[in-house]
Amino acid sequence: MTRPRPEPVQVVKQRRDAALRRLVEGVPYISFLGIHFDRRGDELTAILPFDDKLIGNPLLPAIHGGVTAAFLEVTAIIELSWSLMWEEMEQGALDPLAVDANHLPRLPKTIDFTVDYLRSGLPRDAYARARVNRSGRRYASVHVEAWQDNRSRLFAQATGHFVMPERGGDG
Amino acid sequence: MSQTEDEGRARLARQFIEAIPHSRALGMVLERLEDGVAVISMAYDPRFVGDPATGVIHGGAVSALMDTAAGAAVMSHPASAAGTATIDLRIDYMRAATPGQRITARAECYHVTRSVAFVRAVAADEDGDRPVATATGAFTVERKGGAK
Repeated sequence: MTRPRPEPVQVVKQRRDAALRRLVEGVPYISFLGIHFDRRGDELTAILPFDDKLIGNPLLPAIHGGVTAAFLEVTAIIELSWSLMWEEMEQGALDPLAVDANHLPRLPKTIDFTVDYLRSGLPRDAYARARVNRSGRRYASVHVEAWQDNRSRLFAQATGHFVMPERGGDG
Repeated sequence: MSQTEDEGRARLARQFIEAIPHSRALGMVLERLEDGVAVISMAYDPRFVGDPATGVIHGGAVSALMDTAAGAAVMSHPASAAGTATIDLRIDYMRAATPGQRITARAECYHVTRSVAFVRAVAADEDGDRPVATATGAFTVERKGGAK
């Protein structure tokens, strides 16, 4: 009846955070925009620190609509990839230590992405969270919300559809 | 009179696009701008890669290119106005852009009402016959000097 003692929580957390960091840092465009992710268990929050090069309307000034679209799309893709990795890590099928620059999981491919611009993006940091509404073997549908100072006042939201990467070993 | 007005509008739009920090950051070049049609291109850059396994440009960079072209198309429309903002934009990704190739987006503002401009856009790499992505969007029309 003896069960192996669970690993210390810090060890598990560090390993998972490192796997997430490698997933994110593996994509050059995410670094170009300066996006990083905060993790609480399986919940991710994307953070886009404000930078002058993100401006689309210098008169207001406001964040470029293309930056907003890219930020939402990056958030959706990482959320979707992370949810797949998370499932495999929980099952013990994926060793987070095995995720490195040469062994990154295959990323989902965007089919379409629709962005709803609700307010102009102010020259401040922006945050986003994605929700995977449906994740099948071949397709997924993901909704994303982005805000700045107030969580309840979204400045943009989006829905995207994705083709899932081929998964090894699940037939 | 209308010719100088058109030239003035085109010049304004051109300066405006070149003054957009994010368009500069992505190295966008305005190829053509007239009467509601804008053509803007962007060179391949390893910093914009979205899939490290293939070297394909991130969809987000293509979105930024299409959004800029669409906004420029709205501003260059004869019935349009000084400023615009995106209301919504839908992008369909047909295929991955070939790594190393320049991406060019052509946007057309095909209808303008008092308050809304409708735009469609196509992006292609050096194989211009097979689109990489298409987009449709609605944009605000901001009138000079308020209500008319």
